[in-house]
Amino acid sequence: MTKNCDCQSENIDLKPALDIIESYRGKDGSLMPILQDVQSIYGYLPETVLGTVSKETNTPMSRIYGIATFYSQFRLDPVGENLIRVCHGTACHVSGAENITLALETELGVVDGDTTEDKQFTLESVACLGCCSLAPVIMVNEDTHGNLTPDKSKKVVKKYEQREH
Amino acid sequence: MTEITLSINGEEVSLDKEMTILEAASKLGVEIPTLCHDPRLKPYGACRVCLVEVEGARAPLPACATNAADGMVVKTDTEEIHRLRKTVVELIISDHPLDCVTCEKCGNCALQDLAYKYDITESEFKGEKHSLEPQEDDPFIHRDLDKCILCGRCVRICDEVEHAFAIDFNYRGFKTQIGTTYGKSLKDTTCEFCGQCISTCPVGALIEKPRLDKGRLWELENTLTTCPYCGVGCTLELQTNNGEIVNVSAPLDIGVNGGNLCVKGRFGYDFVSSTERLKTPLIKKNGEFQEASWDEAIKLIAGRLSDIKKKHGPDSIAGLASAKCTNEENYIFQKFIRAAIGTNNVDHCARLCHSSTVAGLATAFGSGAMTNSISDFADSKAILIIGSNTSEAHPIIHIEILKAVRFKDAKLIVIDPREIKMSKFADISLHQRPGSDVAVLNGLMNVIIDEGLEDKNFIEERTEHFEALKKNVANYTPEKVEEISGIPADGLRSAARMYATSGASSIVYSMGITQHTTGTDNVLSTANLAMLTGNIGRPGTGVNPLRGQNNVQGACDMGSLPNVYSGYQKTDDESSRNKLEEAWNTDLPTNKGLTVVEVMNGGASGDVKGVYIMGENPMLSDPDVSHVEKALEKLEFLVVQDIFLTETAAFADVVLPSVSFAERDGTFTNTERRVQRIRKAVEPVGNAKEDWKTLCAVSMAMGYEMLYESADEILEEIASVTPSYGGITPDRLGQDGLQWPCPTSDHPGTPILHQEKFTRGLGKFHVVTYRPPAEEPDAEYPLILTTGRLLNQFHTGTMTRKTEGLDEIYPVAHVEISRFDAKKMDIKTGNFVNLETRRGKIKAKALVTDKSRKGVVFMPFHFKEAAANILTNPALDPIAKIPEFKVCALKISKAD
Ligand code: SF4
Ligand code: SF4
Ligand code: SF4
Ligand code: FES
Ligand code: FES
Repeated sequence: MTKNCDCQSENIDLKPALDIIESYRGKDGSLMPILQDVQSIYGYLPETVLGTVSKETNTPMSRIYGIATFYSQFRLDPVGENLIRVCHGTACHVSGAENITLALETELGVVDGDTTEDKQFTLESVACLGCCSLAPVIMVNEDTHGNLTPDKSKKVVKKYEQREH
Repeated sequence: MTEITLSINGEEVSLDKEMTILEAASKLGVEIPTLCHDPRLKPYGACRVCLVEVEGARAPLPACATNAADGMVVKTDTEEIHRLRKTVVELIISDHPLDCVTCEKCGNCALQDLAYKYDITESEFKGEKHSLEPQEDDPFIHRDLDKCILCGRCVRICDEVEHAFAIDFNYRGFKTQIGTTYGKSLKDTTCEFCGQCISTCPVGALIEKPRLDKGRLWELENTLTTCPYCGVGCTLELQTNNGEIVNVSAPLDIGVNGGNLCVKGRFGYDFVSSTERLKTPLIKKNGEFQEASWDEAIKLIAGRLSDIKKKHGPDSIAGLASAKCTNEENYIFQKFIRAAIGTNNVDHCARLCHSSTVAGLATAFGSGAMTNSISDFADSKAILIIGSNTSEAHPIIHIEILKAVRFKDAKLIVIDPREIKMSKFADISLHQRPGSDVAVLNGLMNVIIDEGLEDKNFIEERTEHFEALKKNVANYTPEKVEEISGIPADGLRSAARMYATSGASSIVYSMGITQHTTGTDNVLSTANLAMLTGNIGRPGTGVNPLRGQNNVQGACDMGSLPNVYSGYQKTDDESSRNKLEEAWNTDLPTNKGLTVVEVMNGGASGDVKGVYIMGENPMLSDPDVSHVEKALEKLEFLVVQDIFLTETAAFADVVLPSVSFAERDGTFTNTERRVQRIRKAVEPVGNAKEDWKTLCAVSMAMGYEMLYESADEILEEIASVTPSYGGITPDRLGQDGLQWPCPTSDHPGTPILHQEKFTRGLGKFHVVTYRPPAEEPDAEYPLILTTGRLLNQFHTGTMTRKTEGLDEIYPVAHVEISRFDAKKMDIKTGNFVNLETRRGKIKAKALVTDKSRKGVVFMPFHFKEAAANILTNPALDPIAKIPEFKVCALKISKAD
């Protein structure tokens, strides 16, 4: 079997998920909070866990998937080791956030929202990061980088890659 | 509801029930355009092309989702409304490929019609357009989401009608699209391939895959007919182009299915044009089939049958009729066997599925058929399903039942050895050990009487022998039943209360009740339960056996049974016999004939020399196939009429090509006793002939005159000799058919049996005691094998397995094994396993599933590569002679 398939999720421990579901048992409208709690424990929404949520809450899988894809807060894949958040708030948008995202997409070979094949980086667009004076801004993990150009942003990202090796 | 009156475009309309403005308008013939609306779905009100002005309302309202109210003044076509609608359509068009020139939906597309009506060629709104790859790798369903207008009809129909939840809206904003979980192929979802989503899609986003490039609407001819597969009897329209069936659809307002179909009805028609169809008569010479002329074949058959009759007497010949053939053909078949051959040895495969129903319900009520109608489930307050895998065997009835359960608050109790789809929707789901049904039903009655929940008035006025029943069921305390069946005593108690107190409870059963050595006992027990609580003869109640084959009801009605003529007139009743002797102008035999299994025994022992089979395949459908094989081999003469060279036909001396449902006229009678027309849509292949024409020719050659111009003429004869079909004549059938009993030409038909009194007068309680199945698990054979059907295959597979997509969904025989047993034997899904019973051994692939419960193994019987009926037990019910397909002892070992 190839990597990046479901086999990794076969080893996922379902116990925490079952505990979460149990704690909401009998409460109406608990699907959203269950999914939020699942994500905070697992870091994303693994397919097998969603399967368990579906079975235990008697909610069709298609509905859960619909919700998980509707809200941008949910992620369906594990995050890479480094999370790159490109600000697309108004100020950054005006200062060329589109081009930053485009540059990083080319650099990393992924589309917005996805994770690189080697699981090093996850790229995503977010709303205002609250430091508009530095626009355009990206955050890599907890570090903020401002006043970027497409080229600069590539260099920033490279630094993190080197740090890993 | 008190009558209300409103005005629409200045015209008044009065309503006596709740309705939307849209429905009220259609009563006046006022058309309001719609996109997201389908009468099969709950009001949604999303697309807003149905906006209308209502006086006093602040803004225009969606007609599809707004209820009409008294005094309302509605305008549907003002300039403002016109402008609003045009804007809506323009917005949609702005992100639509406008591929009309090549689109399959052209001519039948709601968006195209609206664009035409509002004169929109190109949109004012220039925006981003979607460009998504069409999804082409699903069986049957072509999804081209670029054309999707996000009306949500497919999502809603998959949920509200099919209860399958395979698809939903995914993502949001511009990226919103209809899809499966993780974009998987529909094959890997809960999709049932009913195609309801296609049938509701207003545009070309969802299309039946098999019809691609086979012609557009205006090139097709439509023939309204009845589905050839199961006993539901759905109405469908065969769409043909140049003599070939290219698509199937279902009209929204006709028949029991109202526009819905299952995968077999919608997509299972490839067999009609299969190259393997028999095209010409075949005669076996020196062990090889050789093509022959009709003349030669008929002469040979008439000669050989006459010889055998002369030498060994008429009772050395037997006939097997067919639940797939029409009423007319079954009538002619039994007439041929009785009048031309001169024996009552006529039977058919109903013996193997519902003879216990006919026997049991006839003695309890006086009539052996489903008491109520399919549409009646809407009035049920509680539905008890026992021994019916409704969603797979009777898909459209599953739709109706779940509709009542999910949207009308009917309670659902499911008692089944397996965890089937219906179990998941049940308020109470119980799992009994296979073969313990009598104990379970007696247990329910024990609780009901113990808690005083029986209907004393009904028992007093409408039934007899109650005291004996009461005494008997007193022995079946919930605790004792728990021991026998494995059902927890408390579960049984709750189920009993739910069934007894709802006010209108219906019992639904099928082969899980009938295919046992206690089949007749099981059926009698369901009748006892219904009578005990007065749940019979009223809307939403009844004892409702779901018949398997499309025309198994009709084949029984027509007297393709050894002991009755058409309409269940007994062969040993002199006045009936005299009547038919006069009508048929010959003497008729007086002794009782042989049943299917007895015919095979007779073949093996040499008592039966000649067999005439019309459209049946006992080599796959009968229990203990090796025994059947021996019998067929030993026969002096075997004739088989069929559309394919089946496993059984291979043994024949003469094989005659017959026509499929699409090539003939006639009637089928569905499970709710509705006699419905089938109509010829394509010409017969090769030299194939309608079965009745062949039978008449053989009969004439044997010297007994049978001459008819048409199927209609035969139906007239049936009406003239069959009291319950007396008013069912060709001119009265129309689009919706008629439900028997319909004794006279002005009788409207009977949707609910036993309303004022039972057919036999008083309903009769029977004392039924629990007997274990003929074979129980033991140390050597520790598991229980139970057999049944799959949704996408049918019976012995001669028809379904010739449709590519159907075979693709579930292509090989799987044995379904519980997680528990699989673990014990270290078996994984995909492993080959050996299955062995006292009768035989086969190999098949394992499927480890939660559907199966510990100790119980399930296997479908559609596959000739792994014929489950090599394993099954031919032990018979002593009364109905039905074999015990549902239980036998089994051992399993890993094969690789
Ligand atoms: S075919 Fe039936 S089950 Fe499958 S997606 Fe369409 S509506 Fe749902
Ligand atoms: S696929 Fe068809 S039915 Fe489904 S949302 Fe799109 S347009 Fe509507
Ligand atoms: S439910 Fe039965 S009758 Fe209806 S389409 Fe399916 S197979 Fe045909
Ligand atoms: S808009 Fe980018 S940080 Fe505020
Ligand atoms: S048809 Fe009424 S809102 Fe779509």
